[in-house]
Amino acid sequence: MREHTVLRIVSQLVIAPMLLYALYVQFHGEYSPGGGFQAGVILATAIILYGLIFGVEAARAAVTPTLLRIGAAGGLLIYGGTGVATILLGGNFLDYDRLFAHGGQHYGLIIIELGVGITVASVMIAIFYVFAGRGRQDDPDNDEDHGRADDYDADDVS
Amino acid sequence: MITAFFNQMPVLVVVVPLLAAPLCVLAHRAFAAWLIYCLASWAAFAMAFLLFVEAKIAGQVSYAVGNWAPPFGIELVIDTYSALVLLLVTGVAALTGLYARKSIASEIAIEREYLVFALMLLCLAGLVGITVTGDAFNLFVFLEISSLSSYALIAMGPKRRALLSSFQYLIMGTVGGTFLLIGIGLIFMMTGTLNMADLADRLPEVYATRTVQAGLAFIVVGLSLKAALMPAHIWLPNAYTYAPSAISAFIAATATKVAVYALFRFVFTVFGAGYAFGTLPLGIVLLALAAVSMIAGSLASIFQTDVKRLLAWSSVAQMGYIVAGFALATPAGVSAGLVHLLNHGLIKGALFMAVGAMVWRVRASSINDLAGLGRAMPLTSAAFVVGGLSLIGVPATAGFISKWALMSALFDAQHYGVMALLLVASLLSIIYVGRVIEALYFRPLPDDVSHHKHGEAPLGMQVATWALIAINIVIGVHATPELEAAARAAATLVGGGA
Amino acid sequence: MNQFLTETLPGLFNYWIVIGLMMIGFYTVIAHDNLVKKLIGLTVFQSAVFILYISMGNIHGSTAPIIIDGDPVYAHPLPQVLILTAIVVGVSTTALGLALIVRINEAYGSIEEDDVLAADMATSEGEEAREEARSEQAEAAEGHAANGADDGAEADESRPA
Repeated sequence: MREHTVLRIVSQLVIAPMLLYALYVQFHGEYSPGGGFQAGVILATAIILYGLIFGVEAARAAVTPTLLRIGAAGGLLIYGGTGVATILLGGNFLDYDRLFAHGGQHYGLIIIELGVGITVASVMIAIFYVFAGRGRQDDPDNDEDHGRADDYDADDVS
Repeated sequence: MITAFFNQMPVLVVVVPLLAAPLCVLAHRAFAAWLIYCLASWAAFAMAFLLFVEAKIAGQVSYAVGNWAPPFGIELVIDTYSALVLLLVTGVAALTGLYARKSIASEIAIEREYLVFALMLLCLAGLVGITVTGDAFNLFVFLEISSLSSYALIAMGPKRRALLSSFQYLIMGTVGGTFLLIGIGLIFMMTGTLNMADLADRLPEVYATRTVQAGLAFIVVGLSLKAALMPAHIWLPNAYTYAPSAISAFIAATATKVAVYALFRFVFTVFGAGYAFGTLPLGIVLLALAAVSMIAGSLASIFQTDVKRLLAWSSVAQMGYIVAGFALATPAGVSAGLVHLLNHGLIKGALFMAVGAMVWRVRASSINDLAGLGRAMPLTSAAFVVGGLSLIGVPATAGFISKWALMSALFDAQHYGVMALLLVASLLSIIYVGRVIEALYFRPLPDDVSHHKHGEAPLGMQVATWALIAINIVIGVHATPELEAAARAAATLVGGGA
Repeated sequence: MNQFLTETLPGLFNYWIVIGLMMIGFYTVIAHDNLVKKLIGLTVFQSAVFILYISMGNIHGSTAPIIIDGDPVYAHPLPQVLILTAIVVGVSTTALGLALIVRINEAYGSIEEDDVLAADMATSEGEEAREEARSEQAEAAEGHAANGADDGAEADESRPA
């Protein structure tokens, strides 16, 4: 990768704004275009770009597969946990008004979109690692594609 | 507090398995994941039972997700029809939990086991979601969740052919799912609503438009693909054959049954029996396909050398029986179809579990590999025999009850040809079940196998198999509760739509 | 005919596009042997349905459904939200399909369906021939055992030869 000076410098410049933009899309999702899925994909794109330019190993060191596993599961738990919390507070599943006295719908959406974002970003990066890692070295993580990559996000966005 | 719990049950029965899945991933250990699976599936089963009772008393349980009033928000609706299918799905899932521990351990590497349980929980959440939801689009999403996780589960089979089987299932399943999406889109276009009850109210105004006719056609074709009705059954035999044994039992007993449930939920509840079977000739089309399924599936089953594939082809045939019942669109026919849907789920679950126990011991699933196991594994073989008799429809088994109901419904509707075909298919099933029993009991145990582990399958596998067999016999001896519940469900389906 | 050219054809152009894309995708799924191309076809097929949904929610002269000042006509937001969910399902399907293709390539050394099926066919024909031979063997052994009654296992069954 030494020879790609232009790519390296440009991507160094671009990755940080990409991460910031992902956060912008994430936290404006409840009243403007955007939301967890889009933000998660943008965030994952930044990490994938990093992996493409500086090598998958470097990316793996920055965002470890274990972190991704916890992120994928934890995001879904945030989503579902919010629903369970509304039940415990005496409302129906995902009845955000129960969460806060004012602006419950607002904050509730932000919380579950955060869960969606974390899950989507983790799953997307995991898919990239799994495909990029194929055929290079024998890694126990490789076979995780099945469970990890596919199913978490199917129900999150709506 | 208790009433609050009761009010929240319709959503909890989906949420519990859905949230248990990420917990499995976090637990990361095979045993912990198995424990979470068992707790979640038994909890779901308990809630399904309570919901069944509640639906029996109240007629219908309704739940507004997010407290949004039904036509706008997503509504969960449980009537007797969905409660019965819900009981089947959660019951088989709970028993598969007992069964799966040893069976999965023998077929899948230990570091991937937690993923199997996570995927099974997602699949369960999807299937349960299909049965409880009252929203057309929500049904599509849950259907895809369960399908995606079953593709992944099937691909985990020990042979490399599992991969291509899973891929073929993925292609056909996705085409089916997309057809369903088109159909839902077309009826949404005409009515502007996705709530099933609301759709049923608004569709009659636009019955005559070609858009709604096309919508019905797309939905029927899409869900028939998922249910493996005859011309769209290609994916099923390979998928069931090469999946891990516990997964075969789980999916064979639930996935296609739930697709049939969804198909007739749309046909009866959303479109209405009068429209689909009166104005449009859906009944005769489905009846013809069902008849072809029965005969072709049974014939193909006879020529199989692999027991799991034999059972899979028999599933194609049995799907014909189920659809034949529903396609009559009479209360007796629908109730017979529903009873056979439930009974066949129990029978196939038990048979796949018994075969899985044999596979666990001999590490192969051809009929010849099972030679002589009647002596080496007397209990498991006996379970297979009872299950096989139930599949054939011998009196005092569940299979007899539902076939009798089907026959009398067909007789009342004067479909004597289909009746004759049903009889022929049952005779054919004697041949294929007989072939396996012959190998089990009337052939010597090969010498080269005797150094394998001797003895019966582990306790968990035995308990799960015999529990399903016991339910089969109980239903066979005392079928009144099931028949009554099915008749209630049929009355709401056929009566409500006409 | 004239009405068809002036009204039906341009007025329903979105449906023509959808039908075209759908058929291209479906044809690719059915006709191509290469598994990756099949998956591409499947994605095109799904995208056609997404366009169907999105275009049905549009109203002539409407803006995106984001609240702004004034009294504008908004497009129907619900189809867009539904399709976002369907896109996620599509992404998951594609990812799973590609993962399967990678593993198929590792297991068979090819991603042409014909090659893979041929490899399977070879194995299954071999297996079937072997099974048939074993069945015949078993029958032969059975006859022998029943006649001579030398196999203790068989004698129990008191079954005519």
